[in-house]
This record gives sequence, C-alpha cells and structure tokens, in this order.
Amino acid sequence: MINFQYSRPGDIADAVRQIAADPRAKFIAGGTNILDLMKYDVERPAHLIDISRLPLTGVEETASGGMRIGALVPNSDLSYHPLIEARYPILASAIRAGASQQLRNMASTGGNLLQRTRCLYFYDVATPCNKRAPGSGCSAIDGINRQNAILGTSDACIATHPSDMCVALAVLEAKVHVAGPAGERVIAFEDFHRLPGKTPERDTNLAPNEIITAIELPARGFAKNYTYIKIRDRHSYAFALVSVAAALELEGKTIKEARLALGGVAHKPWRNKEVEATLNGQPATRESFRSAADALLRDAKGFGHNDFKVELARRAVVRALTQAAQGTPQSQSNKKIV
Amino acid sequence: MSVEAPAATGNMGEPHPRFDARLKVTGGARYASDMPVDNPAYAYLVTSAIARGRIVSINLGEAQNVPGVLHIMTHENTSKDVKDSKLFSDGGFSGTSIIPLQSDKVWHDGQIVAVVVAETYEAAREAGYRVKIEYEAEQPSATFESNGVQVQAAADVKKTHEDPKVGDFDGAFASAEVKVDATYFTPTQHHNPIELFTTTCAWAGDKLTVYEPSQTMYGMKNGIASQLGIEPEQVRVVSNFVGGAFGSKGSLTPRTALTAIAARRVGRPVKLVATRQQGFTIATYRAETKQRVRLGASRDGKLTALSHEGWEVTSRPDNYMVAGTDATTRMYDVANVQSKVSIVHADRNTPGFMRSPPELPYMFGLESAIDELAYALDIDPIELRRKNDTMKEPIKGLPYTSRSVMQCFDEGAKSFGWSKREPKPGSMRDGDWLVGLGCAMSCYPTQMAPSSARVRLSQNGELRVETASHEIGNGAYTVIGQIAAERLGVPYEKVSVVLGDSDYPAAPVSGGSITTASVCNCVAEACDAIRAELGINDPKGDVLAALKSRGRGAIERYAEWTPKGVPDGALAKLYSGQAMPTGGTKDKERIMFAFGAEFIEVRVHQRTREIRVPRIVGAFAAGRIVNPRTARSQLMGGLIWGVSSALHEATEIDKRAARYVNKDLAEYLVPVNADIDQLEVFMIPEEDHEVNPLGIKGIGELGNVGTNAAVANAVYHATGKRIRDLPIRLETLLA
Ligand SMILES: Cc1cc2nc3c(=O)[nH]c(=O)nc-3n(C[C@H](O)[C@H](O)[C@H](O)COP(=O)(O)OP(=O)(O)OC[C@H]3O[C@@H](n4cnc5c(N)ncnc54)[C@H](O)[C@@H]3O)c2cc1C
Ligand code: SF4
Repeated sequence: MINFQYSRPGDIADAVRQIAADPRAKFIAGGTNILDLMKYDVERPAHLIDISRLPLTGVEETASGGMRIGALVPNSDLSYHPLIEARYPILASAIRAGASQQLRNMASTGGNLLQRTRCLYFYDVATPCNKRAPGSGCSAIDGINRQNAILGTSDACIATHPSDMCVALAVLEAKVHVAGPAGERVIAFEDFHRLPGKTPERDTNLAPNEIITAIELPARGFAKNYTYIKIRDRHSYAFALVSVAAALELEGKTIKEARLALGGVAHKPWRNKEVEATLNGQPATRESFRSAADALLRDAKGFGHNDFKVELARRAVVRALTQAAQGTPQSQSNKKIV
Repeated sequence: MSVEAPAATGNMGEPHPRFDARLKVTGGARYASDMPVDNPAYAYLVTSAIARGRIVSINLGEAQNVPGVLHIMTHENTSKDVKDSKLFSDGGFSGTSIIPLQSDKVWHDGQIVAVVVAETYEAAREAGYRVKIEYEAEQPSATFESNGVQVQAAADVKKTHEDPKVGDFDGAFASAEVKVDATYFTPTQHHNPIELFTTTCAWAGDKLTVYEPSQTMYGMKNGIASQLGIEPEQVRVVSNFVGGAFGSKGSLTPRTALTAIAARRVGRPVKLVATRQQGFTIATYRAETKQRVRLGASRDGKLTALSHEGWEVTSRPDNYMVAGTDATTRMYDVANVQSKVSIVHADRNTPGFMRSPPELPYMFGLESAIDELAYALDIDPIELRRKNDTMKEPIKGLPYTSRSVMQCFDEGAKSFGWSKREPKPGSMRDGDWLVGLGCAMSCYPTQMAPSSARVRLSQNGELRVETASHEIGNGAYTVIGQIAAERLGVPYEKVSVVLGDSDYPAAPVSGGSITTASVCNCVAEACDAIRAELGINDPKGDVLAALKSRGRGAIERYAEWTPKGVPDGALAKLYSGQAMPTGGTKDKERIMFAFGAEFIEVRVHQRTREIRVPRIVGAFAAGRIVNPRTARSQLMGGLIWGVSSALHEATEIDKRAARYVNKDLAEYLVPVNADIDQLEVFMIPEEDHEVNPLGIKGIGELGNVGTNAAVANAVYHATGKRIRDLPIRLETLLA
C-alpha cells in the first residue's frame, strides 16, 4: 500500500476542487472496495479524499412524489428506511441481498454504484487484465469465468458489474445526480454504467473529476408486484451468479407494464426495453414470461464455465416474473425455504 | 440463540463450559502474533507469479527506495542459510521439501521468492509490490490430465505403503449379480483458518523464541533448530491459542526459518503475518482426488467384491499421499477386496493434512457407491449397511475393539424421520422444492501417541497441569483440566492448565484426533501417581486432606504415558519432536475406529436448482466422551464443514498457469450462518476398555467424514441425478 495523502473536504465544492486538481486522487466513502483494491495493488491513489463526512446522508421526498437519497446514505440505513421499505421494497430487498450486514453498514449509496468488478483476474496483479492494465489482455475469456458476463461482452472484457442495489435502481429508472467543475448534471441510470467495448477500464460515464451527490427515485415504486431474486452458491455473502429484479403493473391478470433487470450477467444491470414492451397487454402467465425470457437471452453467450448462466437466467426470469405476478416476493432474511 | 449443554449420559464426563470461551469472545486470548515483542520489524512475503521455471533477475531498486525498508531477502543472499529439512511424512518436521530462496528455481505458483523487512507492515508490503522479478517460465502441469504430470504407484514410492487386498476381487466382481462401477472426484481445498499464517521471531543472544500458531510445539522446536543448524535447546516455541489449524499448522512451513533469519539479520524481532492469498501457496492444502469404486453384491444385498482405486495430486518433488483406502477397504464385511493408490506429480505446492485427510475424500467415494448399490438393489441404504456390518475388518480379520455404527444409524434415523422417506428419486416435494433425504457412514481411526505431563497439587487446593499440547479449538484446556479434577477429586474451578509452550513437558502433534486420548491418559497417570504417593487408593478418598495431614505444601508428579504397541524409545522420540501414533489400523491384533451416521435433507428448487440444507442429523459413537459440550461443538463443526465440502468448498485452478484464482474468503466459499438451519448431534454412549485406559476415542475429525456423500445421496434422492464430482453446484443440476 503506497503512501498517500489524506484530506477531508469541507463541502461538495471543496471535494470537487480537490479531485479536479489531482488526477491521481480518489474519493473514499465507506472504503469497503477502494481499500481492498489498494491492498491488492490494483488501485494506487496518491491522494485519498475522504468524503464520508459530507452532508449527503438525507433520504427525502421530492416534489414530484419520488425520493432523493444522499450519496453517503449507508446501504443498511437505506434498506431499512420506512419509506423505502413501503414504497420501493424492491430496492430494500436488493440491498439486503448484497454482501453482509457489516459491509452494508459501511457501504455508501454512491460507492455501491462505483464498486468495481469481482472478476478474479482483476484482483490478481500477476495476471493480464484489460480493465486493470489496458492492453494487457483478458485472462478470463479463456480462463476461469464462471462468474463472468454472458450479455454485452466484448473481446476486451467479459466482466460483470457485481452490485445488487443497482439492479433494482435500473428497474426503478433512478437518476444519478453528480457535481463537477462545470456544475451539476443528472445521468439517467441506464446511461450511468457502460458496456466494456474497447475501453473496459471505464466502468461508468461519471467523469474522473465528478462526485455523485444523490440518487433520485421517480414516484413509481412497483410496491405491489415485484421481486428481487438472487441466485448464488450460498445463501448469503456471495455475489450473484444471476439476479433478477422484476416489477409488474397488473390490471387483473393482464400485464400493463413490465420491467426487468438482470444482475451478474453483464458489465451493467441488463435491461431490454423492447422485450419488456412485448409483455405489455399480455396475460400474466408462465407462457408470456417464458417467451420474454427467451427473447431477453437470445443473444446471450457463455465462455465455458459460465455457459450455464444462459439457461439459469432464463429460468430465473420466469421464476421472478411469476413471483412478482403472484405478489410473493423473495425473502432476503428467512433461512426457511421460500 | 442459546442452546442447552448436552446432558452427560452413560460414561460421559460433565459438560463444563470451555475454559477459554470467555477469553476468546472478549478478545482476552492472546494469539501468537498478539504476543508483545520489543521494537519489532515487519516482514512481507513476495510470491512467484509463475508455477514453473526460474528467476532470471531480481531488481530491488524501487523496493529499496520505499522509506522504512530494512532488508530484502532473495535467493541471491539467502541460499545457504536454510539447512535442509526432512519431510514430516519421512520422519522429519517439514510439510514440504521445497525450501524457498535456496536457488533460482520456481517449483510452484505462489512460492516465496523474496522477503521484505521494514519498519512497518505497510512499508514492507509496498516494497514487496515494487520488487521486480523477471522469470523464465516453462509450461506448468496443473492437475490430473494436464500434460507433463508424472504418475507413480504409491507402493513404488513409499516403503511402508500397503494397498489392502484379500481374496479374489476380479473373479468375485465378474460373477457378481449386481454391480456398481463409478468414478468420483473431490476438489482441491484449503484450510483457511481464520487466524492467518503468522510467525514472530525474537533472538536473545543465540536463543530464539518463535511465536507461531502451531499444532506441534516440539516438532516446531526441533524442526526449526535443524533448519537453522542450531541446537533444539536454543529454541522455544510459544502458541497458547491457535485460531484454527485443521492440519495446516501441523508441520513446518518454510516461513518460520526465513523469519528467524530475517530477525537475525536486522538484529531485532521480526513479525510476519502472511496474507490470506499467500496462505494458499505457502502452506499445505487438501489435494484433489480421483477415485474409481467397484462394488459387487448378491441380489439380496450381500457385498461380495470391493475395489477402491485412488489418484491424488502432489508436488513435483514430494510423495505426499493420504491413501484413504486403508480405511475404506475395512468398513464392510466383504470377502474379496482390492485397492490401489497412485500419486500424480504436478507443478504445485506440496499438499498436506487437512481435517480427516484420508477419510474425507475416500469415504465420499465409498459411501456414494454404497448408495448407488442400494438403488441398484432396491434396498434401503441403511438396511444394506446393516447387512454388511461386521465386528472384524475383512483384510486381516482383526476384531474391532468396539463398533456401534448401526446403533448410530438407528438413533439417527429415528430422530431424522427416515421412515417417512419415499425411496423413489424425485418423489418428495414441498411446493416448488424437490426434497431429498440421504445418509452416509462416518468413521475415524482411534489413534494415540506417547505423551508427557506434569501435575501439581497445592495444599490450598489448586491443581496445575503443564504439558506442551495445543489448544486448537479442540477444547484441550477444558478436557485436560477436567480429567485432572476428576481423577484427584478437586473442583474443576481449581484447576489451571497451561499449554502451547515448548518449555513444558512434551506432547504429541495435535493431529489425527489424538490429543484428548493421549494427553488425558497421561494426565490421569500423573494424578494416579499423586494418589499413590499419598496412599489414597480409594477413588473417593480425599487427596487434599491427605496432603495437608502429611504437612506437605504441594505434591508434583511428572508422567510419561505410552499407548500399547509403541516401540521402545518412543518418549525420547517425542522429545525430539516425533509423535509415533498408534492405533487405528496400525495395531497388529485389533482395529480401532470411532463411527457415526449422518443424515441430510436437501431441497432443490425445481426451476433454478439452488440447493439448500434445512436439516442435518449426526449420531456418533466414540468411546468415552470426556465433555459432551465441547464434543458436540467438534461434531457440529465437522458436520457443517462436511456440508461445505459437498456444496461450497473448492480452490479453483487456472490450468494454463497452475495458479489458484479464488484466494480469499469472499471467493473461496464456506457455509455462512444462513446456509445452516436445523442441526442435531447425538452422542451414543459407548464403552471401550481396549483402546486405552480411559476408553477415549478421538472425535476431532469424525464429524466431517461422510457428510459430503450424505449430501450427494440426498441430492440424488431429490433429483435423480447422481453427482460424483464435488462440490455440487447448481449448474450440474440444470441440464
Ligand atoms: C466481501 C465483499 C462482498 C460483497 N458482496 C456484495 C454483494 O453481494 N452485492 C453487492 O451489491 N455488493 C457487494 N459488495 C460490494 C459493496 O456493496 C461495495 O463495496 C460498496 O457498496 C462500496 O461502497 P463504499 O462506500 O464502501 O465505496 P468505497 O470503497 O469507499 O468507494 C468505491 C469507489 O467509489 C468511489 N466513490 C465512493 N463514493 C463516491 C461518490 N459519492 N462520488 C464519486 N465517487 C465515489 C470511490 O472513489 C471508489 O472508487 C461486497 C463487498 C465485499 C468486500
Ligand atoms: S473480464 Fe475484464 S476484468 Fe476480467 S480479466 Fe478480462 S479484462 Fe480483466
């Protein structure tokens, strides 16, 4: 771990000023990802700007009936916030599916969006990795890739974005508020994370000199018919092999609107609005769900160890939509079988 | 959640709470790396990026410029400092013959190639990353089926190895009415004790103190002396608590000598705490196995033929093997048996003991095959085992000193509700979940080794026991104290036990589940000597009163205990670090094992195929249980680890580079609390007066044997899919 400078900005403007002044500076919030990366010699910031005490911890209702969540709200607090639990239970559920209590207590809302991939080679500096060392090659494509992506991959990188929370935020069509030297801007959630393409070293469209200040949730929370299903090798404290956030608006037994995002399968939470649209007006039946799942995974492609994810994702989508339609969301805490 | 202590029934001792429980949960227990030393420097290991080849050049420029760096060891300046050391399996102390920094050669991935010593841990680590090494790499062989591996028959490389056989397997198998012929695989696993591999070395003149978590105080003392070319008397080893070992701390790793050399060079104590990742390659592991099991039986379920062949991976230079056929050929009554073990040399670090080293992988093969046979015969798997139960092992016809395996099956089955099981695969369901019930036999050889201990009773009623045994989570402090208290009729609260220091009388390595049986018998002997001297032969007689009435301040006795069948000179060997265990299958007249029956319920989602384990029941019979509370913990931990070995645990190897890739606890999975729901442990009272005077069998490793097979058998029952390759993951059930 290198010697680094440490500073604590007084306000957001100061934080932006500091990060813009030093291209080798990095923010630290909960530290649950950046510190590990520093210990592994993956990240080598010369300057850590500790934003954890900035006043970005509010969870407030917005004028348009939505909510605004400060970038430093801990994941635990957010998932147990009464308004989030009541109006956006899919978000509460997805957060609780992630990591462990201890990590969720430390992890921040903004940091969760910016956590880096869990590709095994990304963390091992002795191996080639285009994301860590651009141009060095991708060890995962022909290596151990059980956890890697099946959708939206490139020849340069097949990493996934590991967040659970972000899968729910994708379905809810959240907005990301950021501030930079040029002022504030808002990024739609679907535009926030990128596909790897030829530049896998860039995970998101956030500029290096910008700070996330808040996440805004639109009014619609799909609190009635939703589920977040996370399929993993153990029942807690494991990253998703495949996860599905499904949200439905039903009219009787007919689907009025369907939203669907997949986690653990791509470089970003994976949505396909065309496929979702095909469900509109359809009966909420297994047949409808199955054809949507097939369409959603039509272009999916495995790399060996992760071939199974294609079929697993298909089945998980059907199961998630079925549970959402029945109003029997997945529990994230019950050990008993649900 | 709190659970009542299990009641003591039959010949069991009291369920005293663990002596060290409070210390551990309050942080009061000091582990080796917590021990204060004066002005320490910190070491960081640099490990190889390749698995085979040689170091062409090392550039230390950048590393030496990191502020605080004191010294960097490489093969260029250390090659003569480590005197060679013999392997543990050849009567030496080392877990590997690969001693790093002796030459430019790289034997395996993650081999130590440099040691940085600095004023702080952070500086040492930073400099470690800045050490630039150029390699000349060759294509490594990773595992079975890799190009370039070398296969050898165990019998050809190890004089003492026997491949048990009896009768005419080929003939009996050829004519068997019903047959099973299946191949099984178990994966690479790493111990991953929570306490990392640490070493602190402090010299005072030519005397060295080593603080290192270890399962072998005297092995370490003698081993490090021979590696450094000094006298054992110059070395003291201290490790009052060990934060998990599971075999990984039972033999010497190269880090100890390197740390001692570093401390000598910088002229102050050096502390090394290897990282979790480095723990995968600087110590040992459980190697992957491949096994072929063939069973032949008559239509009515009598076994007529059994063949068990095993292949195990090892390193290039070392012939490490576990050879579990020693046990698996002796579990059932079968007249025609053959077996063979082979080792497969690859470019890997040397494997080593890991909880139930032979039994865990090999009983998976046997107990899966027995379940397959039960289906082929359409007989209940418990009844099949009953039909082939035996009180003498089939190879030499030696009698079991005791064997209560069917009692375990019957008690366990009753509590588990086995009778409600619908035998047909896929026939039990609960909503979207397929339900499967499976069982398997557990076994572990009962072994003991010579030990020594000192017991002192003072007139104020205090009783002190000293022995260089080990608290590795096994409850050693507690059970040793308990036996002494019981034997002298002193309240348990008045006993103090000191362990984990090579200044105390020698005790054997805490491996092979021998500690309780060996040390407790020895302590009992010392206590009896105290009684004899005071003339109190009635076990109810008041020893303390006798002590006082004779006007004595204290009485102290040192005892040396040797189990039956140990060759002369065993105690001298013990003091020079050798354990000499006996029992199990080593005895010439009888065979000694503890047994158990394990029951697992699995649920498999009918669509997405996740596997859950809502229920675990284990019933065990292991001679006299000294403390049912600590015993239950051991067995419970074993069962949970058994589930882990079935469903979670595997070290992934990138075969291109022979490199482990999931080297941390986020990616190397073991069960978390959420994975384990109902768990019941039964201890069946069993008296065995032959194994040793106190009638104790070891239980440390019994719990995790067979569980993997019970899970696989349950998964078959739920889904109709026989999984012969561990761990069982949902993808194999998706197809
Ligand atoms: C063992 C383990 C298991 C885990 N399992 C899961 C899981 O199952 N599911 C899951 O979803 N997550 C999981 N996580 C990841 C965890 O959710 C993230 O580490 C966490 O959300 C990151 O938040 P943080 O505040 O700690 O970020 P930090 O580590 O502080 O920062 C992460 C990155 O974000 C940047 N950053 C932080 N805040 C801002 C901001 N406001 N503006 C701009 N940049 C910012 C930092 O510069 C840094 O680059 C796991 C983590 C670990 C260590
Ligand atoms: S998939 Fe991406 S992160 Fe993983 S090794 Fe390839 S380039 Fe690196």
